Amino acid sequence: MQENSLSVFNFEACQKCSICNTVCPMMAANPSYPGPKKAGPDQERYRLKDPAFYDYALKYCLSCKRCEVACPSGVQVADIIQKARLEHAPSSKHPMRDAMLAHTDFMGTLASPFAGLVNEVLPLRPVKAVLDGAFGIDARRTFPKYSSEKFTTWFHRKTEKEQARFDRFVTYFHGCYVNYNYPQLAKDFVKVMNAAGYGVHLLEKERCCGVALVANNFGRQAVRQAKVNIASMEKAVAGGEEVLTTSSSCTYMMRNDYSEVLNLPTDGYRDSLSLACKWLYGKIQSGDVKLRFRKDFRMKLSYHTACHMQRLGWQTYTIELLKLVPGVELTVLDQNCCGIAGTFGFKKENYPYSQKVGSVLFEDIRRSNPQAVVTECETCKWQIEMSTGIPVLNPISVIAAALED
Amino acid sequence: MIKEYDVIIVGGGITGACTARDCALRGLKTLLIEREDLCDGASGRNHGLLHSGARYAVNDPEGARECIRENLILKKIASNCVEATGGLFISLPEDGLDWQAKFVTKCREAGIDARILDPEKVKREVPAVNQSIIGAVSVPDASVDPFRLTDANALDAVRHGADILKFCSVEDFVRESGRVVGVRVRNAGGTQEIRGREVVLAAGIWAARLAEKAGVHISMLPSKGSLLVFGHRVADIVINRCRKPSNADIIVPDDAVSVLGTTSDKVPFEDCDDMRVTAAEVEVLLKEGVQLVPSLAHTRIIRAYAGVRPLVSEGGDGRSASRGIVLLDHETRDGVPGLITITGGKLTTARLMAEMTADLVCSKLGVNAKCRTAQLPLTGSETAERKVSKVIDHKLGNKAQEGTLAAVGRHGSESLKMDFKGPGAELVCECEQVTRAEIAYSIKEFGVRNLQDLRRHTRIGMGTCQGSHCVRRAAEILAEELGCPDRAGEFLNDYLQERWKGMTPVLWGETLREAEFMRNRYGRKDYEI
Repeated sequence: MQENSLSVFNFEACQKCSICNTVCPMMAANPSYPGPKKAGPDQERYRLKDPAFYDYALKYCLSCKRCEVACPSGVQVADIIQKARLEHAPSSKHPMRDAMLAHTDFMGTLASPFAGLVNEVLPLRPVKAVLDGAFGIDARRTFPKYSSEKFTTWFHRKTEKEQARFDRFVTYFHGCYVNYNYPQLAKDFVKVMNAAGYGVHLLEKERCCGVALVANNFGRQAVRQAKVNIASMEKAVAGGEEVLTTSSSCTYMMRNDYSEVLNLPTDGYRDSLSLACKWLYGKIQSGDVKLRFRKDFRMKLSYHTACHMQRLGWQTYTIELLKLVPGVELTVLDQNCCGIAGTFGFKKENYPYSQKVGSVLFEDIRRSNPQAVVTECETCKWQIEMSTGIPVLNPISVIAAALED
Repeated sequence: MIKEYDVIIVGGGITGACTARDCALRGLKTLLIEREDLCDGASGRNHGLLHSGARYAVNDPEGARECIRENLILKKIASNCVEATGGLFISLPEDGLDWQAKFVTKCREAGIDARILDPEKVKREVPAVNQSIIGAVSVPDASVDPFRLTDANALDAVRHGADILKFCSVEDFVRESGRVVGVRVRNAGGTQEIRGREVVLAAGIWAARLAEKAGVHISMLPSKGSLLVFGHRVADIVINRCRKPSNADIIVPDDAVSVLGTTSDKVPFEDCDDMRVTAAEVEVLLKEGVQLVPSLAHTRIIRAYAGVRPLVSEGGDGRSASRGIVLLDHETRDGVPGLITITGGKLTTARLMAEMTADLVCSKLGVNAKCRTAQLPLTGSETAERKVSKVIDHKLGNKAQEGTLAAVGRHGSESLKMDFKGPGAELVCECEQVTRAEIAYSIKEFGVRNLQDLRRHTRIGMGTCQGSHCVRRAAEILAEELGCPDRAGEFLNDYLQERWKGMTPVLWGETLREAEFMRNRYGRKDYEI
């Protein structure tokens, strides 16, 4: 008799119950997607026999990981699919586009110095037509605007010295979006941490977490960048600091996918890597941190649980944290995927599926009629803003706005 | 049916099917009779290993030479049944390298391309292999699908004019002045006599009992071999132990699973119709199997099964029993003209056994016709690759194409006869990727009676879940296609019993969970243990 019957191929735990199929948003939106059970455990056995069994339709997987949340047998369905794509996916029909979408760091570095021009040019109709026709980026999409000053530039110039006045610190992994497009969130983060009595350090070296690289099958580049981040995070953690982020997708990537998909070691930092809201809620609960909020703050908010947030199971900390803010009227939306899945929804061929997947969520948001939607995921933010016109905030920005000056 | 056949072959295993094909190709009026479905006996209960002959090189050089010759022939003529995986013979520290030296010399003498490999390189390239190996030799072993090979031979026989009677048992021989001139058979329709100028027994271990009815004694020893099916491919290559052949020292990548075996135990004749794997056998298999591939210690076992080797002991005692080919001309041996027995041998050498048999039949009948089975490709493997690629358009990501690649893998160019459009596109068995199109084709071409027959021709329900996901749907489709919608429940229950039989000896871990899921899904039943 065997002590257990689970090999390194975790798909063997699959009992073919098909619960994963019932929660897969893509399967419902696109009949040519085989669904997580087939795309994952079933076809993996045949891919082991012959890579020719790789199904082109695996490109439709959103990596939302809802299948993993639902699986009663603990099968890492989305990881199986993602690894199969990294190993077997045929070369893209739009290699240029996929490279542009995937290399967020590189594109940000290119665009930032010309932010004004880029922001003017990108939304122009002829430019969109070219992007749509020649590159396969759907014309109905608008790229997030680039910031003329990167967050890191601002940090080093304006606040790094000031941080030294604190005697305890957290290390911030800001991510690409915050650095190149939306430094305000990072400024809000610094404000909140300082109010909590913590100074902010940055990682010695930070690269894009790689979630977009993996999704676009740039596995080797993702590993190179991950190794830089791992070394920096290990160093910060060894120095006694927690590493905090404001993005659920970056967090999931670095906590889970670095080991599960890229086979890299995460033991040196994993338990000390957290989302800012979870960390903050814990500190408030333990009495370490006390925040003072404005008395006149009023905001009607709807909380959207990003898919990776659901997979982490951490939405409850954010929700509880927001409930501590006086004047917040909070609706928690039903947990549905917004459909953009990072770079997926920008691709012309995916646009209709992306919107179909998101339609349930959009309807819920409109019905709840908030001043702003709150979520930890930047790409959910783009999708919800583009599809509903309602602004989307990171919960840290809500906390920052509600803090007493 | 015709009035008198040139040759009647009894036994629809691989030997019988090959013999029927050979005889039909030589222009003989041929009948193949099988009491159950094709491939129901030992032919469907083995390793699925196409021997290179290396395993026999040291102890049985003649067998080794036969194997390598047939190995090369089958790779050519049966491309849709054979996967040229290659094989390894690994030496562990306790084995030493003495056997390896002798083994390689003997392989080369037999014409087997055996090459000594750098064990470090093997460890890197086949990460599943026991990492403490001190030596490794590559040989041209391969994986062969015995169901497919039997089907392909039978189909080709039929297409060259042979008749096949399945689900029909031979009760006795028809004799005229000492000569066997036909058989008396029984099937659902009753009994009848069928006349044949020569009768060939190709019934494996069951030949002994049949021969007695003609007053002929063949001393046979039923030898049980048990095997375990692991849920996925642990390695893409056949792995053998480089030592004196022993228990559980071969693991074969068959389709999407790995098969570990075998044991070897004498069993009484009366057990041969219903082989069950014992806990002790499972233990031996596992204990030895982990020496080849350590991860087998925690790889899901989806099933255990056993077959019976028809060992012939012409010398009398067990030790001298031969695993070689035994062709008995009962006219010269026992004074019973009209009767021939072909037995012993291996799946790998079945074509050669058929050739030897057909040669003898032709000489008896005074027919001068050469054997062509070594040259003519088998049904399904006519290297129609361009045509086949039309079927595989899975790159379109089109749902209608699901399962077509698996069907092509199983049936080769025969898959061109399947209609994957419309209702045919439905994927019924998701583990083994069997579409309704493949089911419809198999029902038509192989005349299946129930789900167990259907399984042999399609692999339906042979994957990880052992049918718990698809059996109800499969039963409904089968009943519908056969025009007996009220029998779906019966098909389902029979099939579950058979699956349960194979799962019982390995009922722990994930397979136990699956069995519980199955039981709760289809209702509690008393299973025959």
